Amino acid sequence: MDMEASKKKLGLKERYNHLTRGLDWETSYQPMEKVYPYTRYEGIKIHDWDKWEDPFRLTMDAYWKYQGEKEKKLYAIIDAFAQNNGHLGVSDARYINTLKLFIQGVSPLEYMAHRGFAHVGRQFDGASARVACQMQSVDELRHAQTQMHTVSNYNKYYNGMHNWRHWHDRVWYLSVPKSFFDDAMSAGPFEYVVAISFAFEYVLTNLLFVPFMSGAAYNGDMGTVTFGFSAQSDESRHMTLGLEIIKFILEQDPANVPIVQRWMDKWFWRGYKVLTLVSMMMDYMLPKKVMSWKEAWEIYGEQNGGALFNDLARYGIRKPKGWEQATIEKDHLSHQAWATFYNYGAAALFHTWTPTEQDKDWLSEKYPASFDKLYRPRFEHWEEQAKQGKRFYNTTLPMLCTTCQIPMLFTEPTDPTKICYRESDYKEEKYHFCSDHCKEIFDHEPEKYVQSWLPVHQIYQGNCFNPGVDPTAPDFDPLRAVLDFYKMNFGRDNFDFEGSEDQKNFAQWHGEGA
Amino acid sequence: MHIDLKTVKINPLRQTFANVATRIGGDKAASRYQEATLGLQPDANFHYRPTWDPGYELFDPARTAIKMKDWYAFKDPRQFYYGNWTMTRARQQDAMESNFDFVESRGLDAALPAELKRTALNLLLPLRHVAWGANMNNFSICAYGYGTAITAPCSFHAMDQLGIAQYITRLGLLLVGPDALDAAKQAWLKLPEWQGLRHYVEDSFVEKDWFSLFVAQNFVLDGLLYPLIYDRIVDDHLAMNGGSAIAMLTAFMSEWNAEVTKWIDAQIKTAAAESAENRELISSWVRAYRDRVAAALLPIAGIALGDVAQEAVDEVLGQFNTRAAKLGLSV
Amino acid sequence: MSNVFIAFQANEDSRPVIEAILEDNPGAVSNASPAMVRIDCEGQLVIRRESIEARVGRDFDLQEIQLNLITLTGHLDEDDDQLTLSWKQ
Repeated sequence: MDMEASKKKLGLKERYNHLTRGLDWETSYQPMEKVYPYTRYEGIKIHDWDKWEDPFRLTMDAYWKYQGEKEKKLYAIIDAFAQNNGHLGVSDARYINTLKLFIQGVSPLEYMAHRGFAHVGRQFDGASARVACQMQSVDELRHAQTQMHTVSNYNKYYNGMHNWRHWHDRVWYLSVPKSFFDDAMSAGPFEYVVAISFAFEYVLTNLLFVPFMSGAAYNGDMGTVTFGFSAQSDESRHMTLGLEIIKFILEQDPANVPIVQRWMDKWFWRGYKVLTLVSMMMDYMLPKKVMSWKEAWEIYGEQNGGALFNDLARYGIRKPKGWEQATIEKDHLSHQAWATFYNYGAAALFHTWTPTEQDKDWLSEKYPASFDKLYRPRFEHWEEQAKQGKRFYNTTLPMLCTTCQIPMLFTEPTDPTKICYRESDYKEEKYHFCSDHCKEIFDHEPEKYVQSWLPVHQIYQGNCFNPGVDPTAPDFDPLRAVLDFYKMNFGRDNFDFEGSEDQKNFAQWHGEGA
Repeated sequence: MHIDLKTVKINPLRQTFANVATRIGGDKAASRYQEATLGLQPDANFHYRPTWDPGYELFDPARTAIKMKDWYAFKDPRQFYYGNWTMTRARQQDAMESNFDFVESRGLDAALPAELKRTALNLLLPLRHVAWGANMNNFSICAYGYGTAITAPCSFHAMDQLGIAQYITRLGLLLVGPDALDAAKQAWLKLPEWQGLRHYVEDSFVEKDWFSLFVAQNFVLDGLLYPLIYDRIVDDHLAMNGGSAIAMLTAFMSEWNAEVTKWIDAQIKTAAAESAENRELISSWVRAYRDRVAAALLPIAGIALGDVAQEAVDEVLGQFNTRAAKLGLSV
Repeated sequence: MSNVFIAFQANEDSRPVIEAILEDNPGAVSNASPAMVRIDCEGQLVIRRESIEARVGRDFDLQEIQLNLITLTGHLDEDDDQLTLSWKQ
């Protein structure tokens, strides 16, 4: 052969093939089904893993180079932030509550994504699919760790962050994100990537990160902006992977289409429900607001998602079933969520408050169809009560949806004044749901969802008290006992922002007196 | 905004997160490594059993026969978290890029003695598949292992092994071209001298006990292969015979092996020191894996060393046994 | 045809990339929000290596854009010379 011709400079695609796909081989001392045991039971048919297209074609040399550079920049800013008391530069101490929600609810999911992609990055039969998932696995670890390092500095000065690990695995509202990821990870590898790479990363992640990070930028939190945007540069790769995965699975066999469609219906809805927390963060928790949840849904949901599903129509894929309902709910989601947390402010690990006059006017402007009519009166009533020294705290436990685990706070799609309840019977037991879609998810896999560790059920079953606590004692205070079990610093981590230690310290550190 | 910090004293309310504080003896300043590692993995109230392995929880300490009171007893002496791992590798990659440029621009590849070049290619190129196997196995450990302290470094280790597989591939592309890679894969699949090793690697793919897999891959296979191939053969034998260009192109592997050996030893030592049961179990794994690997490596060493292969393997085995004994194992 | 978009961190490294995109794609529109610039374009958007090189005055590897990339939509195809985002319908 002509050595020189063979040694000519290879193009990106060809070089990538040698550096990745060429490494793999068909095993013969152990059967392939035993080496890759998990990729057959879901019913997805793959005929040719080589049809997998690798959009970014990153090899380790480039990966280390670019990621190393990103990390160098990021840690320089984290260091500067700590040295200069950067936390005092944020718009208002209310803002810090968004970071509490982030480290309690989102960072633990980044870690789960790390382990989940390690699993599929080992299990997929195709070499380049494995490598793409492996890179995502270490990227996700990066996100979890850089978030710890960024929030670490806030944790030194503010409450509601110090015990995130313990809380995420126990506290009532945190079982929403926890069960979401446990659900994906306990599914088969194909469902996992459809759930996380496609439904979450591709369809929904813009709704989480872009408003969060623009919000951080607008509210003077440079540390968070930096980790957020730095993480987003990885997300762009992950999103592209998500779309590639869907195309690959759909093109492999027509029998895959209905399976994937069902997963899209399920995971769009599961992901959307988790984003309820983001909606209230955008509309109520950012002191300086970037855009409303409704606007974000219109741009990143309706427009971009619309373009995507329009494109996927050629495979016989339609929009997820819950899409229309999400569009109807865009006027209500954030208000109903924040009102609920305001209610349960004694049992939440961040502060809540009623919107200021300026906030209310902004909400009226952004939600002309719903805020003044339905939600303003409610917040003004609570505001009035608080002024009279009767800040309202709900101390009864809410009923949870068995699927998404959110308290039953959502209204009927056709009537925003009526709470939506659905139920199913399974093996002589009754299960409750917040929506038709959550009920449908349960009905398809009841044997999975009956396992749910529902925080309120667990409390009633006596599983959320510290050892030695006597629930039959005459002075037994169940709520207080549960909050002890949560390891909440009672009076510091919870209650209204008004009068909180965070509020006092922030003002004092700004020299505004105690 | 103007903030007059001189007049206000800002005292932190706490030093670190509770999941870190409980593992470093109380609330005190924690390192980046500690905050990125300790207690990061969830360990309670998993909602659903994995459909792919319903006998276990999502994360379950029972996936290995090794038992630990505290899974965060495992420590990485390098204190790697993603940031310092990737920055360290980026620096090494820079140096490797210079080596590749140097060899190519000075025509050192063309100046290699023909026979030595053939030997180097026959010996090294099939090893890209071995590194690829190590990549898969370390992701297995990361996925099914218990506790971030050991699983996170395994994901870095897996990516390192992919990097190594790609450096070997680039060496093949530089010295010959794509055809050399095809020939090497055929050798890996068909030539008798590679079958013992391929059999061992494929058997490791179906090992379910993740700590046993750690021992099989990182401690035993790589613990014998790296010193034999990169120290004994490439850096000594080939370099002495006009092949320093080859040693430049595999410089990462020798340097990396010296670094990761410290981490691997720390894991083995910690697990073995935990209990007599652990020590016995790990020792028995090591003995069984070691004898298979030593037999599999002999014909491969023969590619470069011919008659003195046995002597080289024995020498490496001797060093390995000493290393294992130092870690408290009886081998 | 739907829009594709790509967004970058608003910083000095992104400037020549954004300029190159706006010049190479006549239908492209840029929108600035806090710390970020988003470029929308109907149907397809192309990023050319040569156009960026002409602005930065050095060799540019298209993979470098990943350092400041925030998000994108559309099917992605990349080779050594250009990166294309598109919808097929």
